[in-house]
Amino acid sequence: MNDLPSLHLWLIPLLPCLGFLLNGLLGRRMPKKLISAIALLCTALPLAQVAWIASRFHSLSVPYIERFATPWIAAGAFRAGFDLVFDQLTLVMLLVVTGVGFLIHVYSVGYMAEEEGYWRFFAYLNLFMFFMLTLVLAENFLLMFVGWEGVGLASYLLIGFYFKRKSAADAGKKAFIVNRIGDFGFLLAMFLMISHFGSLSFSNIFAAIARHPEIQGGFVTAIALLLLLGAVGKSAQIPLYVWLPDAMEGPTPVSALIHAATMVTAGVYMIVRAHILFERSPFALGVVAIIGAATAILAATIAVVQNDIKRVLAYSTVSQLGYMFLACGAAAFSAAIFHLVTHAFFKGLLFLAAGSVIHALGGEQDMRRMGGLRKAVPVTFWTMTAAVFAISGLPPFSGFFSKDAILYQSYLSPTAGHALWLVGLITAAITAFYMFRLWYMTFFGHSRAHALEEAVPEHAIEAHAVETHGAAQPLAPVHAAHAPHESPWIMLVPLILLGVLSVAGGWIGIPQALGGHDQFARFLDPALSGRRHSFEELSIQMNVEGPAAAAAASAMQPSVPPTRNPSQERLFSLLSVIAALSGWFFADLFYRRKPGLAGRWVENARGVYSLLVHKYWIDELYSAVIVKPTLWSSRYLLRGAVDRGIIDGGGQLAAGSARGLGALVQRVQSGNIRSYAGWLAIGAAAMLLLAHFGFVLH
Amino acid sequence: MLNHSILTIVTFLPAAGAIIVALLPRRGRVIQWFSLLVTLAFFLLTIRLALQFAYGQAGFQFEIDRAWIATPHIQYHLGLDGLSLWLLVLTGFLAPIGVLTSWRVIDHHAKEFYFYFLLQQTAMAGIFVALDLFLFYAFWELSLVPMAILIAMFGRKRGSAAALKFFLYTFLPSALFLAGILWLYGRTGTFDFVALQGILSGGSGLFSSQALLWISLAFLIAFAVKVPVFPLHGWLSDTFSEAPTAMAMVVAGKLGLYSILRFNLGLFPAQSRREAPWMIALAVIGILYGALLALVEREMKRLAAYAAVSGLGFCVLGIFCFSLTGLDGAVYQTVNEGIIGAALLILFGFVYERFGSDEIATYGGLAARLPRLATFFVITALALVGLPLLNGFVGEFLVLSGSFPGHTGWVTAATVGVILSACYMLHVTQRLFYQRETAIVRPESASDLNVREHLTIWPLALVMLAMGVAVPVWMRAIDGAMRQYAQPAAAVLTSPPLPPASPNAVRKESARAGDGRFEAAPLAVKR
Repeated sequence: MNDLPSLHLWLIPLLPCLGFLLNGLLGRRMPKKLISAIALLCTALPLAQVAWIASRFHSLSVPYIERFATPWIAAGAFRAGFDLVFDQLTLVMLLVVTGVGFLIHVYSVGYMAEEEGYWRFFAYLNLFMFFMLTLVLAENFLLMFVGWEGVGLASYLLIGFYFKRKSAADAGKKAFIVNRIGDFGFLLAMFLMISHFGSLSFSNIFAAIARHPEIQGGFVTAIALLLLLGAVGKSAQIPLYVWLPDAMEGPTPVSALIHAATMVTAGVYMIVRAHILFERSPFALGVVAIIGAATAILAATIAVVQNDIKRVLAYSTVSQLGYMFLACGAAAFSAAIFHLVTHAFFKGLLFLAAGSVIHALGGEQDMRRMGGLRKAVPVTFWTMTAAVFAISGLPPFSGFFSKDAILYQSYLSPTAGHALWLVGLITAAITAFYMFRLWYMTFFGHSRAHALEEAVPEHAIEAHAVETHGAAQPLAPVHAAHAPHESPWIMLVPLILLGVLSVAGGWIGIPQALGGHDQFARFLDPALSGRRHSFEELSIQMNVEGPAAAAAASAMQPSVPPTRNPSQERLFSLLSVIAALSGWFFADLFYRRKPGLAGRWVENARGVYSLLVHKYWIDELYSAVIVKPTLWSSRYLLRGAVDRGIIDGGGQLAAGSARGLGALVQRVQSGNIRSYAGWLAIGAAAMLLLAHFGFVLH
Repeated sequence: MLNHSILTIVTFLPAAGAIIVALLPRRGRVIQWFSLLVTLAFFLLTIRLALQFAYGQAGFQFEIDRAWIATPHIQYHLGLDGLSLWLLVLTGFLAPIGVLTSWRVIDHHAKEFYFYFLLQQTAMAGIFVALDLFLFYAFWELSLVPMAILIAMFGRKRGSAAALKFFLYTFLPSALFLAGILWLYGRTGTFDFVALQGILSGGSGLFSSQALLWISLAFLIAFAVKVPVFPLHGWLSDTFSEAPTAMAMVVAGKLGLYSILRFNLGLFPAQSRREAPWMIALAVIGILYGALLALVEREMKRLAAYAAVSGLGFCVLGIFCFSLTGLDGAVYQTVNEGIIGAALLILFGFVYERFGSDEIATYGGLAARLPRLATFFVITALALVGLPLLNGFVGEFLVLSGSFPGHTGWVTAATVGVILSACYMLHVTQRLFYQRETAIVRPESASDLNVREHLTIWPLALVMLAMGVAVPVWMRAIDGAMRQYAQPAAAVLTSPPLPPASPNAVRKESARAGDGRFEAAPLAVKR
């Protein structure tokens, strides 16, 4: 590639890998400054490279593909390489991952300063960046799977960072195993793709689909649903969302980077990347939309009753990812990515700000012991306020535009429809409620640092019992030796930058109905709906079935594009705003104006409350239906009856009946070389005799 | 003519070393050092073979074919092809590692141990290069005896019982195998593999297809016990639990799997296809069964045994699907299992040597005091569960994707094994290394890896990574050798795959930088 303007995409993931190796192998003996310098440099350089590419980027109708001469795996007819792809979608993802990733690295330098295992933390963080960037840049499903599994590994290591705590070790294991269930689907999808397309390369598969307009449903539905299973695992959707709330055992920057901004959005990215497949299966799209909407509302309702600040945010993440799935299911792929971007800003910020609060209180995570922190941590307060407004979908904050795009387009879409739009709208109200609840409980009122022991509302005790009974941390009061204090500047600068992005990040996608230009969707268009044409161009460049491809392309034109009606769109925006404001109103009522009201409501609806506090008993259900029966039958049926009984028993029987032989064996075991040599001689002689005289066998 | 005798030298070098060990004085660590030297030389010779191997070439290389015994007609016929190449190198690679592993553990009867250990190396090398069935049988039997003796001598608790079990499980099926060989010889008058292959594939009418089925079954049972294939695995957990690590880590997998590939598929292709549905079923049951038992196993080394039963099921599945990808994956996975299984046993051994307990539940929190040991354990666990970029993934993926088209249901079930392996490996990782320290973790014995242990485990970890990343290096030879066994693949939807990377292809697909900006590619669809 000498004379070509190569983008050297391979450098982008490889630099963090280098940082991982340096810190991982040598970090134990290095000073903290050097460790952070390596880790920051190895994320700053990819950011700079991506920024450089972005600054020169104008347009690209055909994806740029960086191929390598030597494949990764070549066996039989199957080949898969370390090939990388670059298009608008990649660029957006790269900017989010390197940008937010770098900011969180900076924040971590302050947040983790006092922690044991500093080097380990940054090594893992760089390892995560390596795999995440591989995932985003991969040009085939197999390399994507490398990143996919790799980020799962980094997540496992970072959730279990405080590995001496059983709950942390449990949570890491749970995350990995639940994700494996998703990977099971991803793997089967790849096997199906190999058997139907003979390849896992995006360009091969999508070009093949583009050339065959007759492919609808059937095995494509199977592939799409299996890929969806993978996405559901990684992005914590129903029924596999259970690992994400537990993952909050990891250090807070990890929750921000991996479990909010980047890794958990990989499922959304994968569906958008494979949208050509999904578009051929309206059924699969419908399933995506239903799962998304159901997850959005389920997780939002659970978030309402959580008291751990990070768990509120965790359920909120699950819920917001549900929105993105809803968008995917409505075939509104650019809206899904738009929300992915704004969510990375405001949810990353929410976690970092929560971390700053926790830091200020010396490790306290329970919101019932917070309150009145507005004055103590002003920068944290104001940045978090921006994020709360953004996630609640209040204009002109970023979340408003992206959530609105999702809601309106799912209303229009045949695969999502009006009912799911309504679910999304109700979720928006609940979202605003629990976010303002968090806002009030943390920053307003009086400090409740020691309040909990005295007058705890009954529901809180119950929740307490649940938490200590479950895997969560004990609720022992944390005695901060000093008054709440604002975090150091190295943590505040990322907060401020993300705050700015949470406010203004949505302005790149203001719809025309609201006086904007919808730049974001237009920008992504060549990579999304336009991709139909671009992959077909690719196939023409490959000189394969040119005219057929053109014919296929014309057949592939969407029949009736959903009609956008500006005045209707404005009405829908208004409805979203009303939903958000009503959520705010009730939060204000319950947690500022009439603090006792929430307790009374709980009294009146104990059943519902208990259901929510126990998270709909989903964990218990899985344990009773899957985990325990599997362990029980393995222990008693397989090991007890089959292995010890039948298989070992058979062996014992043979041993018993061959007691005479056993006596002979005793001689062999004597370890005497002579007798061993004798054995060989006897055996050889017997065989020779047999061979020489007897072929009476047949 | 070194090229003709090199296989002989490689094969018998450890045996020669064994004889010298028998003569060496029992003083200091003379025997250990000498054995290390011999095994290193053995390893370097196998590497030399890999370097000299002509990769594009089909058939056997470095062949030697001399008359050995006139009546019955037994040839001294050795040869190496793409199937046996890496298995031989694997044997050489694990030999010095085995010596290092045993360095301190084997402190009494060291002479006997290293004598049999080296003899075992010759037996294994012989199995991989022998092309005369009788010669092969001799090496096969030779590989069983040292094992049984060493289990009896060095067993920890129930050594002689385990040795008896091993003996019964392996010697009795070998008798079947011998009968099969003799039957073949009786009709054809030759033990030579290549000659037999010609005769049997020629349809000479010497055997009825029913007779061939019986012979192939005799072979298959003998080999399947050695793998072991479910439900013939009864000996493995006792052997793993009782045998010294250096012996346990070479006993499962590669010998049996190689023999199935070489002789069952090589001599009885049609019969093997008739047996395939059964073998695939057993393989998949084994994958799930081994994983589920590993999940509830309480002892470390037995857990390694059930993990091996599960992992080896993938190899059997790949062999009997008869697709090229699956076969490639099966051979690759055979090598992987050799490396991962060895690393797992060695690491369990490190833990056992320090704290003296095999019960997983007695441990906890080792990672704080032994971070390096923990790191290597996690790497090994990840290789075992099939994390991409480590070797286990490549084998599993190729096996599963290669056998998927013909056996969708079975492969789907086998893929569940991917979930289960994560369950039991992460469980044991957590119990040993994470959470709070237990009483057994005494500070005085909780020292991290020493130099010898580093030297033992680093090569294994590096090979896991190298085989996970640079697959073509190893796959070239395997792929060439497996083509003869595979049946043609079914047609797929795509047109010919994309042309391999050439500057032109890149030029076409990438945008050009006209004025330093990316522009739309000049080619557009013409309608």
